[in-house]
Amino acid sequence: MIDSAILEAFFEECEDLLVALSDGLADMRDGNADSETVNAVFRSVHSIKGAAGAFNLDELVGFAHTFETVLDELRANRLSTDDTLLRVLQRAGDILADLVDAARDQVPADRAQVDPALSELQSFLGTSVAEEEEFVFEALTLSIDGPERLGSYLIQFQPGRAFYATGNDPALLISALQDLGPVQVHAETSGLTDDLTSLQWDEGYLTWKVELADQKNDLAIRDVFQFVDDLCDLQVTEIFDNAPAAQIDVTAVLPETPPEIGTLLGQTEEPATIKADKPEKNQKRTASTLRVDPERVDRLINAVGELIINQSVISQRIAEAQLPNSSELHGDLDDYKLLAREIQEGVMAIRAQPVKPLFQRMLRIAREAAEATGKYVDLVTEGEATEVDKIVVERLADPLTHMIRNAIDHGIETSAIRAESGKPSTGTLRLTASQRSGSIVIEIIDDGAGLNRARIKETAVTKGLVAADALLSEQEIDHLLFAPGFSTAKEVTNLSGRGVGMDVVKTAITALGGRVAISSVKGKGTTFSITLPLTLAVMDGMIIHVGGQTMVVPIASILETIRPAKADLSQIGLHNHLLRIRGEYVPIIDLAERLGVSPCSDALTDRVLLLIQTEVAGQCALAVDDILDQRQVVVKSMQGSYGEIAGISGATILGDGKIALIIDPDAISAPPTSDLKSHLQTQRDFAHAAT
Amino acid sequence: MQQLDDQKAASQIEFVTLVAGGQSFCIEITQIREIRRWSPVTLLPHTPSFVLGVINLRGAVIPIFDLAAKLGFSPIEPTERHVMIITAVEDRIVGLLVESVSEILGVSADMVRETPRGSEDPTTLAVRGVIPVEDDMIKIISLDALIPQSVSAAA
Repeated sequence: MIDSAILEAFFEECEDLLVALSDGLADMRDGNADSETVNAVFRSVHSIKGAAGAFNLDELVGFAHTFETVLDELRANRLSTDDTLLRVLQRAGDILADLVDAARDQVPADRAQVDPALSELQSFLGTSVAEEEEFVFEALTLSIDGPERLGSYLIQFQPGRAFYATGNDPALLISALQDLGPVQVHAETSGLTDDLTSLQWDEGYLTWKVELADQKNDLAIRDVFQFVDDLCDLQVTEIFDNAPAAQIDVTAVLPETPPEIGTLLGQTEEPATIKADKPEKNQKRTASTLRVDPERVDRLINAVGELIINQSVISQRIAEAQLPNSSELHGDLDDYKLLAREIQEGVMAIRAQPVKPLFQRMLRIAREAAEATGKYVDLVTEGEATEVDKIVVERLADPLTHMIRNAIDHGIETSAIRAESGKPSTGTLRLTASQRSGSIVIEIIDDGAGLNRARIKETAVTKGLVAADALLSEQEIDHLLFAPGFSTAKEVTNLSGRGVGMDVVKTAITALGGRVAISSVKGKGTTFSITLPLTLAVMDGMIIHVGGQTMVVPIASILETIRPAKADLSQIGLHNHLLRIRGEYVPIIDLAERLGVSPCSDALTDRVLLLIQTEVAGQCALAVDDILDQRQVVVKSMQGSYGEIAGISGATILGDGKIALIIDPDAISAPPTSDLKSHLQTQRDFAHAAT
Repeated sequence: MQQLDDQKAASQIEFVTLVAGGQSFCIEITQIREIRRWSPVTLLPHTPSFVLGVINLRGAVIPIFDLAAKLGFSPIEPTERHVMIITAVEDRIVGLLVESVSEILGVSADMVRETPRGSEDPTTLAVRGVIPVEDDMIKIISLDALIPQSVSAAA
């Protein structure tokens, strides 16, 4: 009997090797390969074969041996890398992964899959000798581009009176910028006059200039200023000292005082040559890692969760003790909070994993789906290094698989139709991951036909999901895709439409605390974007009061908080209150009323409005009684104890030991009809359970 | 009670007796985690009237049901004198608010009588047997019947 721990280590090793293999094959396909790439691919297969031999995994050894032989021929320049060979190699890579899985699960491999791939590989071995003479090695092009162009930005902002009046602090903004990359900060004091008596106490006189390096674009910077955009005079300009010369559009980036063209060239040429000396390939090195039992990490995470609760308990006790402001305890408490947050982030980072392996699985799914439908599809992945919680990576596999299949099956057209509409015959599907202000955004973008809204509505009407005369906005129609029991495929294809619909995708993502949004342009394509929280266990929440209850609203969905003036409020009929904000009207939702807790009798002007962004309803304002605090909360699921409650995503424990419910902004802002329906459903379940 | 104590057979079952809606009930002691004094709960929106809310029990979120209301009596007005019985059935922990808890009752299994099925009212449905004791009859609450395994599973 083989020691299971050693076998386990072998399979873990295999996973890494398969990733390297898949990477290498992808490079070869994209023409980014050199002889070292082929060597690396060969070594991966060879290592798997060697180790598998030690464990008597004969099927695996047999296949890996043939695979390896073909690669060896390629390495010795006796085979040329044409499209057919590459396809066969990729297929072989997939089969090798299958065989590893089969060996791990101790099930027999699917010979129907393995044998054709094996004979395909062998066919190359048979002919290689004959072709040997004619073979000319074609040098593979080496990519010399850096991974991504990084530039510096000059951020100049002058906070005005309104900025300070709303409690903002330039130091916080600067420290947020610091999190993005190395900064140089300069305060412009020329706005200050020598005559101190003429200074207004609440006016802003300083202008801050921050130079921020190593940025891909200015999106992250704009994000930092998202909430204060209209409160200060903000300018973000790109400084162009390390942008590649070839791509500069001189007119677009010229600053107010144009530098000499000579200096410009002198500045730009240098980094370009450095880049040529350091090809990307050389930097690919296996990072040294630590394998840890996930259970130990989970234990640590639980302990950190308790630490954060304990921290809020202590904060509350100190607040109750009403110490003088001068007490040093306040400073110590702040340090404690900071440390607790740092520990929490550190622990979460242990669980964080790049989405790369997940995306690589999708490459295969896309290949298979394209083959099955006879369409030509390129899956392009971006942001593979983006890190997400391990659980999220695991649980995303099924929804993503489904969405990729859907996009290829329903989204991308056949090449004939594509040619008619003047598109390239190969469709492009982009799978991207990126981190945006506290969330992870994963997008699946196809350049297909776009959603057929008329047909979606028609189907929904036929299935009785909406009334035939219902007036639906485009957004609402798009969201019908996620309705349970909806599937637009006219006949069941063997790809998508296996009885699982997009509602399953939505449920899986909602269970991770995420959201799915759709945007689609007819003839141009469809984008599904999945927004997920960075961590599952802890989130930043706004602690509020509603009808005598303390509750939490996730900060991530709050755009701003407003104390409305009478002039900002208007009404349609008796109950439909609206808030005017920057010329737009957004509906006001009375949170107490929506939750069925005792409503607040105060006028709206005495209450606080939280402007939130939601998926279906767009922006809306939640009326709450008061805002108490803003802090990290540990999320406890309600699923295990009571079950799901409409509008509530979970609960947390506050400093005083009381439970506060966490509001789900999307569910709470959905029209009350669906709310009522699920309410009745719950009641019926209970009545049913009692019988 | 005296004669019951004499029977120390292997089939001895222990129950905690309680009062809800003015009537006597009991719950098997193995299904009870602890008994706590009433403390204010966090309300849950959109729940049936017998769901009082949730409490924090050493870091876990536990729902509290009003047993009297659940059994079809008029709801209890909770005060500090009322108690919550924290019950556990498999993985599910639920607190039941009752009017009072009386004693621990040990009976042999053959003392338990089948519930006379007079009608299908909520109380009868939640009772899995009765125990005659002196001049009273104590009804055994079936937690499985009382509390659905999980709301989402039932949906």
